[in-house]
Amino acid sequence: MKRTVSILAGGLLFGTLSTAALADDGRELVIDGETIATTAVPADDHPLDELISGWRFRSAETQALQMDDFENPAFVAIEYAEEIWETPAGKSNQSCADCHGDANNFTGLRTKLPRWNDEMGKPATMEMLINASIETHQGAEPWKWESAEMLAMTALIGLQSRGMPVAMKTDGPIADWVKKGEELYYTRVGLLNMACANCHEDNYGNMIRADHLSQGQINGFPVYRLKWGGLGSIHRRFKGCMDQVRAEPYKRGSDEFIALEAYVTSRGMGLSVETPSVRN
Amino acid sequence: MKAIAKTIAAATLLISGSAVAGVVAPGDVQFVEAAVPVSLTGAVGDPAKGREWFANRKLGNCLACHANDDLAEEQFHGEIGPYLEGIGDTYTEAELRAIVVNSKEVFGEATIMPAFYKSEGLNRVAKKFAGKTILSAEQVEDIVAYLATLKE
Repeated sequence: MKRTVSILAGGLLFGTLSTAALADDGRELVIDGETIATTAVPADDHPLDELISGWRFRSAETQALQMDDFENPAFVAIEYAEEIWETPAGKSNQSCADCHGDANNFTGLRTKLPRWNDEMGKPATMEMLINASIETHQGAEPWKWESAEMLAMTALIGLQSRGMPVAMKTDGPIADWVKKGEELYYTRVGLLNMACANCHEDNYGNMIRADHLSQGQINGFPVYRLKWGGLGSIHRRFKGCMDQVRAEPYKRGSDEFIALEAYVTSRGMGLSVETPSVRN
Repeated sequence: MKAIAKTIAAATLLISGSAVAGVVAPGDVQFVEAAVPVSLTGAVGDPAKGREWFANRKLGNCLACHANDDLAEEQFHGEIGPYLEGIGDTYTEAELRAIVVNSKEVFGEATIMPAFYKSEGLNRVAKKFAGKTILSAEQVEDIVAYLATLKE
């Protein structure tokens, strides 16, 4: 409950002007009778005292959409991915299912990504692993980062880990990338001259106009954003923030965004995978 | 630059933008302690316009971070920066101008508040905003004039 109080503190200062309805009141995320933890205790050296899922910063209406898979608009994409999963493609004429069996064979994968990949010589995100399989196993054309197919498939595979704690490995060769991501996180950019940390570390829980600032955790991606009317990737969200501070965004799939994804994932270690989450 | 700004005739003030003669360019703003005593345009701003720029999401967008009772008709006031009730009593116009132009000169590097009249020394500015400032000199003056009216 201590956590709830600190989230609310910002709201209470300007209680007469801000929308109290948006302030989190400690609701629990329950899907299909299963409670999914939306807070976690960070490691001792973590810059935050508490880890809080973005779900907790949303309105009751938005929260409800994620609590019922029939209401969650992302499940249209899940069904699409299930079709793709069974459909043979490429020179091999094999489907995902032919090699991997049921998608639930990937249970736990989402919690470990990004993960160092020797062949790629860099950390692999879910998108990169899917495309590597499409190219090398199926002999088919890779998907674009933000394509409907990629969003659907990352949602389906991520869903298999829903409720499991984020547990990426941060030591070994990925450590340099996490470090680079950390530098990006604290580097001010754009005409507004802001870093990720200015909003998501220093001001989470505060309202920025009509938006309730979250910690910018990425445990629910790909996310169905009501603003987008569809699913979007982690890198699309990063780009959105950079656009808002009038910075020149990095490209989806760029080394910078891979590094930032690795670092931001490491900041949410212990939070539950919520894929596919719903946000406003 | 300061001297020129002081002597410039009001006739040129209808045109905004840093390229206009007589307007203090972003790189030439003189901070005296935590204040900018001289008008960027050489003229007094229009508080009614300043109130518009203050609320406008593409310009000041000040409400994104600051609550302001004087704009009660606007929904959703931010909670990032201080409440602006009585800000015209707290600071002089010269101090308000310094805060709007570049608050880091007043509050230090750590502040989240953007510099509204600065175009250089920034990192990875989007191409369409390169070399630009968030507000024109005239808009800064209008907002300063407006903030000065916020008295208890």
